[in-house]
Amino acid sequence: MGTKKRIVIREEYCMGCRLCEVHCLVQHSQTRNIIKAFKGEFPKPLSRIIVEEKGYVSFALQCRHCTDAPCLQACITGTLYRDKKTKAVLCNEDKCVGCWMCIMVCPFGVISRDLKNKKIASKCDLCLPNEEIQSRSSSGSRRTSKKTATFGMGEELPVCVKNCPNGAIVFEPGEKDALRNHW
Amino acid sequence: MAKRPTPTEFVVVRDEQKCISCQACVRMCANDAHVYDAQLDTVSVDNEKCVGCHFCETICPTGALTIQRNPSEFKLNANWDARTIKNITKQAQTGGVLLAGMGCDRPYPIYWDHILLNASQVTNPSIDPLREPMELRTYIGRKPDVIKLGVMSSEFVEKNKKLRTTNYELRTQLSPQLKLETPILFSAMSYGSISLNACKSLARAAASAGTFYNTGEGGLHKDLYQYGANTIVQVASGRFGVHKKYLQAAAAIEIKIGQGAKPGIGGHLPGEKVSYEISQTRMIPEGTDALSPAPHHDIYSIEDLKQLIYALKEATRYQKPVGVKISAVHNVAPIASGIVRSGADFVAIDGLRGGTGAAPTVIRDNVGIPIELAIAVVDQRLREEGIRNQASLIAAGGIRNSADIIKAIAIGADAVYIGTAALVAMGCNLCQKCYTGKCNWGLATQDPYLTKRLNPDIGTERLVNLLRAWSLEIKEMLGGMGINAIESLRGNREQLRGVGLSDTDLKLLGIKPAGEAW
Repeated sequence: MGTKKRIVIREEYCMGCRLCEVHCLVQHSQTRNIIKAFKGEFPKPLSRIIVEEKGYVSFALQCRHCTDAPCLQACITGTLYRDKKTKAVLCNEDKCVGCWMCIMVCPFGVISRDLKNKKIASKCDLCLPNEEIQSRSSSGSRRTSKKTATFGMGEELPVCVKNCPNGAIVFEPGEKDALRNHW
Repeated sequence: MAKRPTPTEFVVVRDEQKCISCQACVRMCANDAHVYDAQLDTVSVDNEKCVGCHFCETICPTGALTIQRNPSEFKLNANWDARTIKNITKQAQTGGVLLAGMGCDRPYPIYWDHILLNASQVTNPSIDPLREPMELRTYIGRKPDVIKLGVMSSEFVEKNKKLRTTNYELRTQLSPQLKLETPILFSAMSYGSISLNACKSLARAAASAGTFYNTGEGGLHKDLYQYGANTIVQVASGRFGVHKKYLQAAAAIEIKIGQGAKPGIGGHLPGEKVSYEISQTRMIPEGTDALSPAPHHDIYSIEDLKQLIYALKEATRYQKPVGVKISAVHNVAPIASGIVRSGADFVAIDGLRGGTGAAPTVIRDNVGIPIELAIAVVDQRLREEGIRNQASLIAAGGIRNSADIIKAIAIGADAVYIGTAALVAMGCNLCQKCYTGKCNWGLATQDPYLTKRLNPDIGTERLVNLLRAWSLEIKEMLGGMGINAIESLRGNREQLRGVGLSDTDLKLLGIKPAGEAW
């Protein structure tokens, strides 16, 4: 069980600059250009990572890709699925009908509503390469829309990990069953 | 009208085309120089608050920010320059002593830049450090006057036949020594003046590179005991955090008499920085000012110093070197001689450009002498008196690069302390605002919002990289001179030549002018 690698948060070094949010947003924009993503894309793309702050404690939170993911159970259309290879919980946005059940059941609150775009659930895809997402995007249907194709750039590291200036988000080989205790 | 200190020192230039209003600069500036306007969705700047630390420039994801010196000029006046006018205005406003951080920034001559190194040509071969071994290992501590060797007993030789390659053994009992893999140590920066994450970075880097860091007078935090084998602990006038375990945990003990940035001045850690952890480490009540007196109240003479040195040696059963750190002042040579005679195993001399967390600007900029001259005259004096071997000499204060190190060693130092350079490696851009406690780089601060900005893993890596890079450069320069061990360069002033120096400077430095042969 468990994923090959997982995103680990080291909140003691998170300085709350929110650059992970900036880079996540750019990564999931149409143009993937930081200035265009912020100034030229309407509706504005969403970041899939959320920096939580209270007092001086802050940390970046994104989908934990739970072993026992409640969102997978709750999804009525099969939009959310488990990637076989990476064990990541991914989202086939074409199928999403916007019932928001995944948001209701997510124990971490890391799925957000993309209201301005299509009415879909927006969540971390680990910046997986296109092929991986496409290969498992839907059971049967080979159709991959342009939107799906813009998922993931084939980054070796998720962009939040790559761009964290202080090493507060790291991508590490997951401990066995580490994702099980998500409650 | 009440005059304000204008113009501001810096101007933050924001390229509006590039600014995406992500507000990273707003969140990150501890001085609140950047302000977000939610109504207009724009970020504006309060130039008056900018200290020029360049943190926002580093963090800006689009490179929209540039920090510039304010181009606004006073009427040109060689005597009354902008700095002078601003300082007078500031003091007329506040009535207080001007404070500054880091080392003296006045344009006094930097002698390092007037000293040139030698290299081998034709008559003696240079050495390629990539192909041949190059020795940078340095031992700090008292060296014996004579070495006595003896022939081993025949039974011992017989017993250890396989292990021994020689039948001789060392009969002189050596004093405790510090073994350094490279002649660079991290100088004294206390927990309090710098953050715990910065201390951790220094400690781990010292452990990883096989050298030492110095606790300063801030005591030893409980998390740092594990790096004790690479720690020099300081006993200073405030005696903060000094107890038996502290002394025993360390590899060496240093008695701090003075600091290059503020000779003759004590220390003052303001109460707001004395958090629970610091109060525990320094053994003082939480929230109280940590005041280090200017003198040690039990040291008014060399004889008094000797008592403390031997008290510390007794406390550590003569197993650790005990040294003394002084700032470079006019009488440094006779003072150092007295210190060596009082039993110190090493003498650290901190020059005019040595750094500090806070000092009165006027002291920082005007008191002391440059380290180059201090090391030269101390080494000369100790040689003349025949006691140079009795103590190692550590040069500190304004060592900027590997060339400074090799020049310091050729002039006569055994090793160097680096403080400012280490801070720069960890992020510092010398904005000199350490005393405000708002260090954006998480170095000179105790604010939990700011200290977490220094990830000790990153800090350690950068410090180790710096030591490695400088060591490689030292090896290259040594090789060029045809020398294969740093020991052979120590006090080898023939390898140095002065350029653009007066006869007096050359005499004091003990070097020949450029162009003069052996």
